[in-house]
Amino acid sequence: MAVVSSMPGAAEHASEDREVIVYNEDVVRLFVIATAFWGVAAIAVGVIIALQLAFPVLNLGFEWTSFGRLRPVHTSAAIFAFGGNALFATSFYVVQRTCRATLFGGPDVARFIFWGYQAFIVMAALGYVFGITQSKEYAEPEWFVDLWLTIVWVVYLVVFVGTIMRRREPHIYVANWFYLAFIVTIAMLHVVNNLAVPVSFFGAKSYIAYAGVQDALTQWWYGHNAVGFFLTAGFLGMMYYLIPKQAERPVYSYRLSIVHFWSLIFLYIWAGPHHLHYTALPDWAQTLGMTFSIMLWMPSWGGMINGIMTLSGAWYKLRTDPVLRMLVTSVAFYGMATFEGPLMSVKQVNALSHYTDWTIGHVHSGALGWVAFISFGALYFLVPRLWKRERLYSLRLVSYHFWVSTIGIVLYITSMWVSGILQGLMWRSYDSLGFLQYSFVETVEAMHPFYVVRAGGGILFLIGSIIMIYNLVRTARGDLREEKAFVTPQAAAAPAE
Amino acid sequence: MDMKAIADTLYPIWVLLFVILFVAIVAWTWWPSRRQKERMEDHAKIPFREDEENGQPS
Repeated sequence: MAVVSSMPGAAEHASEDREVIVYNEDVVRLFVIATAFWGVAAIAVGVIIALQLAFPVLNLGFEWTSFGRLRPVHTSAAIFAFGGNALFATSFYVVQRTCRATLFGGPDVARFIFWGYQAFIVMAALGYVFGITQSKEYAEPEWFVDLWLTIVWVVYLVVFVGTIMRRREPHIYVANWFYLAFIVTIAMLHVVNNLAVPVSFFGAKSYIAYAGVQDALTQWWYGHNAVGFFLTAGFLGMMYYLIPKQAERPVYSYRLSIVHFWSLIFLYIWAGPHHLHYTALPDWAQTLGMTFSIMLWMPSWGGMINGIMTLSGAWYKLRTDPVLRMLVTSVAFYGMATFEGPLMSVKQVNALSHYTDWTIGHVHSGALGWVAFISFGALYFLVPRLWKRERLYSLRLVSYHFWVSTIGIVLYITSMWVSGILQGLMWRSYDSLGFLQYSFVETVEAMHPFYVVRAGGGILFLIGSIIMIYNLVRTARGDLREEKAFVTPQAAAAPAE
Repeated sequence: MDMKAIADTLYPIWVLLFVILFVAIVAWTWWPSRRQKERMEDHAKIPFREDEENGQPS
């Protein structure tokens, strides 16, 4: 069997007596471009709203540019536009390669998924700016946008499953299990959480089907599993393909990857109630959410160990390959964020951390360190292959990107830890007469220096992503930068300390 | 028997079924046989099979 790319002019490896597989790489290229574009857009809006929190005058006095409207633009752009396009790109690339089959449904259906998803992103973003929202966190788009996304998503599911069903490889590689879990679960979460009754047929406004604590529980069942299945399962699919490919060795333990998958699937769906500690939600449900969150330590760390240990015997590659360094660092951040998450789900810890900036820091250690870094690694992996280039334009620029962004993340997370714990402690301080020691505005004032540091971290992360865009554009154009090797061949061959 | 009594009876069975299913998956995955070990090692090589067949870096 032989494989050819769909790219015009691509080298054909097929001989007449062998079956030809034509991979659809056109749609993967489109999704790669969209990932890079929305990634920078999401980070840029994040920097703007971080600066707004530090310097409120930057809200500019218009409702369209206020923090309240731009914040969902940032979160949706980061999760659904940047992360979503990265998932589409890699899932379509990986499923074709590991099943040795072209995409089911043909190029027109694939193009529909691409343009349909971009239309969803634009409709959602415009809605946020103009104040059209159903006010559910990470599920802000109104009913008509939700319906459109449902259509696009069902087509995505059909294409993915159809490709798996026409596979030439008897076994379904584990990365595809993670991608499939992500697609199926997101479909279920999206439909159930967004059940709503429109006020009028031609109007944008709707009312959600649930009320009170049922609405809250449904929302956080959705919200946490969006983290679990969109931002975790899908990206683990990337990890199980990209790290072995980039390290040029099979995953450390395929057995562990299977247990990793099933334990995540069995446990994650129950963790949502930890977002509702000390609320009207029944106490037993809060404890259930906390317990399942703590149990998630095991599969999360099992998966992290599996990803990192894939480099066993090839640690020296971390010195010579900055793309691999970025991928492996993302898995280390995955381990850190999934240690911190269960810790914060413990009720006594949550009593201090909830509603504070600690949560924001935690989210960004996952979003920047795990999701964004593995997506950057995926872009560095895919662009030379999709555009049929010998290598990236510059590995040194990848290294600069890595270090600038890592410093940015560290500034972000540490400032939010300090800010969040300070905030939580100020809120719960009482004086000798039993009155609150600090007024709310005093706590806001105390946050100011940390908000400035956080914005600085975000600016560094943005600079890193712009370096990446430059590198990827030069790569796609076929340019090669002449560079000295990072380390001498002798040093590279020496065993790691 | 009313619906609540049925539900109260079924809930623990449902939990038990899922525990058994999960334990069975783990046992099958880690079953200590050479055949299972070789099968798993073979699955792990799937991402590289394309390279072997093409003789080209992907």
